[in-house]
Amino acid sequence: MNGIAVSTAINGDDIEFLCRPEETLLTVLRDRLGLMGAKEGCGTGDCGACSVRVDGRLVCSCLVLGAEVQGQVVETIEGMASGDSLHPLQEKFLEHAALQCGICTPGFLMAAKDLLERNPDPSEEEIRFGLAGNLCRCTGYDKIVRAVQDAAQVMRGDAA
Amino acid sequence: MNVTVKTPATVVHRPTAHDSAAKHVSGNADYVDDLKSPDGTLHAYLGLSQRAHAKVKRLDLSKVWQAPGVVAVLTSADVPGVNDISPVGKHDDPIFSDSEVQFFGQPMFAVVAHTRDQARRAAKLAEVDYEDLPAALSIDEAIAAGSELVTEPLTLKRGDVEAGMKGAPHVLSGEMVIGGQEHFYLEGHVAMAIPGEDEDVTVFSSTQHPSEVQHMVAHALGVKSASVTVNIRRMGGGFGGKETQANLFAAVAAIAAKHTGQAVKIRPDRDDDMTATGKRHDFKATYKVGFDDNGKIHAVDATFAANAGFSADLSGPVSDRALFHADNAYFFPAVHLNSLPLKTNTVSNTAFRGFGGPQGLIGGERMIEEIAYALGMDPLDVRKANFYGIGERNVTPYHQEVTDNIVARLVEDLEQSSDYRARRQTIIDFNARGGVIRKGIALTPVKFGISFTATWYNQAGALVHVYRDGSVHLNHGGTEMGQGLNIKVAQVVADEFGLTLDDVKITATNTDKVPNTSATAASSGSDLNAMAAADACRQIKSRLAEYVAEKYGEPASDVTFENGAVMLRNHHLDWQTIVSEAYMARIHLSAAGYYKTPGIHWDRNKGQGRPFYYFAYGASVSEVSIDTLTGEYQVDRVDILHDVGKSLNPAVDLGQVEGGFIQGMGWLTTEELKWNDKGMLTTHAPSTYKIPLASDVPRVFNVRLAEWSENVERTIRRSKAVGEPPLMLAVSVVEALSMAVASVANYKVCPRLNTPVTPERVLMAVTRLSAEGPSE
Repeated sequence: MNGIAVSTAINGDDIEFLCRPEETLLTVLRDRLGLMGAKEGCGTGDCGACSVRVDGRLVCSCLVLGAEVQGQVVETIEGMASGDSLHPLQEKFLEHAALQCGICTPGFLMAAKDLLERNPDPSEEEIRFGLAGNLCRCTGYDKIVRAVQDAAQVMRGDAA
Repeated sequence: MNVTVKTPATVVHRPTAHDSAAKHVSGNADYVDDLKSPDGTLHAYLGLSQRAHAKVKRLDLSKVWQAPGVVAVLTSADVPGVNDISPVGKHDDPIFSDSEVQFFGQPMFAVVAHTRDQARRAAKLAEVDYEDLPAALSIDEAIAAGSELVTEPLTLKRGDVEAGMKGAPHVLSGEMVIGGQEHFYLEGHVAMAIPGEDEDVTVFSSTQHPSEVQHMVAHALGVKSASVTVNIRRMGGGFGGKETQANLFAAVAAIAAKHTGQAVKIRPDRDDDMTATGKRHDFKATYKVGFDDNGKIHAVDATFAANAGFSADLSGPVSDRALFHADNAYFFPAVHLNSLPLKTNTVSNTAFRGFGGPQGLIGGERMIEEIAYALGMDPLDVRKANFYGIGERNVTPYHQEVTDNIVARLVEDLEQSSDYRARRQTIIDFNARGGVIRKGIALTPVKFGISFTATWYNQAGALVHVYRDGSVHLNHGGTEMGQGLNIKVAQVVADEFGLTLDDVKITATNTDKVPNTSATAASSGSDLNAMAAADACRQIKSRLAEYVAEKYGEPASDVTFENGAVMLRNHHLDWQTIVSEAYMARIHLSAAGYYKTPGIHWDRNKGQGRPFYYFAYGASVSEVSIDTLTGEYQVDRVDILHDVGKSLNPAVDLGQVEGGFIQGMGWLTTEELKWNDKGMLTTHAPSTYKIPLASDVPRVFNVRLAEWSENVERTIRRSKAVGEPPLMLAVSVVEALSMAVASVANYKVCPRLNTPVTPERVLMAVTRLSAEGPSE
């Protein structure tokens, strides 16, 4: 294939891939690299189901070109747990039953991780607005907000 | 014999995480689009009509054929079987349009190419000459044009309405426009078909109704159902939008796969998914109600006109269910209800959580609200005056007696726990100060009939295998769309065998394991499938019990299954060992379970019967604030008390209640479907179609299950269905907004808000009432 050669680091691994110029990062992740955790909900950057981080910035991977991540660091849901040990956000999503169909969950977790890194002690209001770029059609969000609050507390090391 | 006692095996009635939750949070749960596709898989894309109603004078696909990567272009002429996917056998739902298009967005052809991107680009290159025909794009236009009905209407009648109206001290009439709703499942439609030997094809389809997909694919291919296998492990949301609407994509994928000899996947872009697939029906309710000075209803006469779209699809049963719920929790001494499923030139509307029930229910609740404003009463008192009685005043408009009525107790409980009366007074005092911000509060109940009104749908099958190592393979006809059906059924199976959830393997729904299944719809998933699975377990248990009883010379009736053991008097026998022994003794360790709901019957022509096995109840209190200068509002607090009988899984059920409420709130507030004058849906993406966000949900959200409730019918572990009923709890948001608006005219005028109650509608109503209504 004639394409652009891209070198990047994904979830801590150095990765090289070829992609066409018009290919989105989402397509690269899913179709070229087999990382299926990011989902296409809308393809227009409005639903957040494809959220990943590029160089520490939360992005909709459907709005980023694959070629753009040359030399950058990409984080996806597949890299959130350390081995068998889940990230506190993942644990709290399980504990609070903060998911139903689960297809928005990877995007929510990436957005929540990003939020807590920028703001380790968010108010409930800040969580609600911080996650307003991610759509969920099943849960009604309340359990997601609780899970993120709870995870934030654990990550801060406060007594639960 | 030594026995390994496992953790307490009473796994039902416990809050248990969704079985796939660990995969969901890791990004490892595979949806159809995530499945490994075979080498050489091709991608199909639909070409959609750009007219609402037109003759197709010329369809030139030569540029489509010439586009890069295109392998095939399929039209109605390429459908090997029948070019129809009407789920009700009306032959009015073509896969591809032919000489005429009937809505903007109707599939006209499909392109098959090496990549999805190639197919999608090629699909835009068709050259079409249309000759426009008259198009009715709304209920009003359809009525004005004398449009036909897509199916026979329903009439429900009881008592003497004319006499009831005459004898009533007050009679009022009005109308309400009730908007539709896009499902917005986060996973859009998707199907992948893999051609097999002979006429066989396997279809992976994101569908709530694999058996119907199987049937439709066979019909479209002109092969027998036995040649078609449909598989679905999980959907990324369904909400009714994948009950019949998945048929199109599965049929196209299957036709393309057989045509090219390659696996074919089809996944429309979100905009095309929203344009080309059906939605919740918008309705117009026209009502006349007679009542007395205490707010007690004497007679109701109402018509529910539904925008069916261009074909029947499920509009018959949807508009029927609207009538079944126009009474909600109230006794109408004399009643006459009509449905009007109107044909229009829009996408064919379809199932959506509640299935017409919500539209009927909110119409009924509007009548209550009207009475309250007419008499200057608290709407809650009007509600209480009209609740179905116990043993009297308990016959519905469809002549079914309500025998499990708990609405009064539920409402009383919530009224107290939410401090409704005091808060209402505080709000009235607040509004009396005359500020820009006004508040409203409302308590509304829900009574929802459980069972498919198509009585034959109330059956289910399951397939349970016990392997020699003691592990259990569970399969049933229901589908998992996030609602937690699989975990509930697995809980029941684990409980039946006295095992843990780890011992029970949940498997993908597959038409070659359980045949002739019903859609996972009508909230019936666990009621039907858990019963069928329990039946399968009991067959296997009974064989094991006989084996053990014979071995020890004790009666089989004394054998029990608990804590990973088979118990008989003082014998504690390890499950795994007994299973292994039983195999050696040639005991059959597999069973097909079956269940059909007892006692239900329905005569549609007479409008009489017992269509529902039981009712599920709930109630909510919503408090809102509106800005009378902009119409903007927020939901300050919501209290919910909901009845799920004896919950199989309180964690899952609370999730259904919360999610259902918010989805209902979206339907009634922010989710507005708009079509332009050409019949094109202009709100076809989340940029313009607004479902609730985390920032929109109530600031205070208190949700409880009515723990005292137990189903009086012998349902699975005395639980109740939960999928649909909570959606209608959101009616209290509309009525609270209504009260806030009404405050500008001192509550003398019922604001008659149409839905969705967008900020624009609030502002317009405030303006209207300020001008027309009595000053404060």
